[in-house]
Amino acid sequence: MKFFLPALLITVAMAAISLFVGVSEVSLLAIVSGQADEKMLMVLAASRLPRTLALILAGAGMAVAGTIMQMLSRNRFVEPSTAGTVESASLGMLAVLLLAPGLPVMLKMLVASAFALAGTGLFLAILRKVPLRSPVLVPLIGLMLGGVINACTTFFAYRYDLMQAMGAWTSGDFSTVLRGRYEVLWVACALTVAAYIAADRFTVAGMGEDFSTNLGLNYGRVVALGLVIVSMVTASVVVTAGILPFIGLIVPNLVSMIMGDRLRHTLPWIALTGAALVLVCDIVGRVVNAPYEIPVGSVLGIVGSIFFLNMLLRRRFRAA
Amino acid sequence: MIEIRDISKSYGSSVVVDNVTAALPKGGITSIIGPNGAGKSTLLSMIARLMPMDRGTVLVDGLDIARTSGDVLAKRLSILRQDNHMTARLTVRDLVAFGRYPYNKGRPTPQDQDHINQALAYLGLEEFAERFLDELSGGQRQRAFVAMVLCQDTDYMLFDEPLNNLDIRHAVSMMKLLRNAARDFGKTVVVVLHDVNFASCYSDHIIVMRDGKLFLQGKPREIIRPETLEDIYGCPFEVHDLGGDLISVYYG
Repeated sequence: MKFFLPALLITVAMAAISLFVGVSEVSLLAIVSGQADEKMLMVLAASRLPRTLALILAGAGMAVAGTIMQMLSRNRFVEPSTAGTVESASLGMLAVLLLAPGLPVMLKMLVASAFALAGTGLFLAILRKVPLRSPVLVPLIGLMLGGVINACTTFFAYRYDLMQAMGAWTSGDFSTVLRGRYEVLWVACALTVAAYIAADRFTVAGMGEDFSTNLGLNYGRVVALGLVIVSMVTASVVVTAGILPFIGLIVPNLVSMIMGDRLRHTLPWIALTGAALVLVCDIVGRVVNAPYEIPVGSVLGIVGSIFFLNMLLRRRFRAA
Repeated sequence: MIEIRDISKSYGSSVVVDNVTAALPKGGITSIIGPNGAGKSTLLSMIARLMPMDRGTVLVDGLDIARTSGDVLAKRLSILRQDNHMTARLTVRDLVAFGRYPYNKGRPTPQDQDHINQALAYLGLEEFAERFLDELSGGQRQRAFVAMVLCQDTDYMLFDEPLNNLDIRHAVSMMKLLRNAARDFGKTVVVVLHDVNFASCYSDHIIVMRDGKLFLQGKPREIIRPETLEDIYGCPFEVHDLGGDLISVYYG
């Protein structure tokens, strides 16, 4: 725990950098010395601060959601984007767009959550029905399920001329996050805290159903709680910023390699690392091709796929 | 006492446990033996509520396991199954500490720490306490799981083939440990064993399963006889009395 404070400070520093990187000039000096003009303060309050907060909340939430998914599916390769969760949430978004486009964002999120819950539940049900020999097959099933759901989404989006709108929200991108358009992520924040409160239960669930029953834990109830948390966190991120792939895969595995999986101890690290990773990837996306932006989803896609491949090739995980 | 009344379990058309009724006495070691596919592990899993039964009831000290809440039973009865693959990457100490979960729900008290340290010492795991389970040998891991069950400190402790993965020295010390737990702490140990001689030397009571049915039960002296064992396993047996222990020889 003694390294937690320095790590927290580094993340705060990155958040500060995130506040001051962008096309419009926002300078710390000007703000501190009281020389900031109205425009500068407006950019900071309406765009930069919401964006930075959204990055932190989304990163922490997705990393924790990935951890819970891995404990529930008992597989190290599973996270919301390899289990059909993200695709289901997107389908839910499309349904809202088609049937009730005027819905407030909170209700949109709830509809997307309901879809995500159904899709993830289906994934876990398939895993229970089909015993798999190799742990690598589990995410393949999830990716296939996600592909099928995605095909449905694409079909309807194409029919109703919504392909472009869909493309806009599915690529994880925080450039459109403004004040008034990210607040639903505080729901993800609340659920991340709830996950921490229930941390021991998720650790026990990660020991397997038999161990859970032996220790007097109602396994079904823990799975249900976990599914609700994962679905709502994913849905709120998809609704505000789009798909953030691989965070739920990279961060939990990295933390687990170093510190293990006693979640009471590791969840704060997982949340912090998730936030830091998304902040860094977003800053990189904003800097490398300035004044244009590369969506954070693309940057994460590159980082994540390298990590994923590396994980597949490691012997320890093949046996796991 | 664990009372088993008319319990059955089938998968599709194959009956795995067929109408078994038995009473496992309180205290001492009860072994369950029998050939492969006799339903031993299934019976044990049903007693420990890990597997639903198709018919029948199991009472643990008068509590119907189907109606008693999980966390109440977790303080009375514990089980360790055979293959314990776990996704959560834990240290030995973390794992053993979770044995206290039924009592503290994740918030350990100083007494819990004593239990944890005792269990670690009892299985000689102190030097591995901070190591991760995936860094240990199969035998060390098996001992860590047993330490967790000891730490759970229940009156009834059920083990499904706990000697798997253990070499001779550790197998003997595991059986001694179970016997001491039964004698010193008044625990009731129920154990599925493959090795007839371990069952003969360490059990107070033996239950024999065959073809899903309760075939026989009694004291070791009543079961460990050439003609009985031949009946159970379907191959020739000799039984020798060596210093008071009945040792069977079946190597042909």
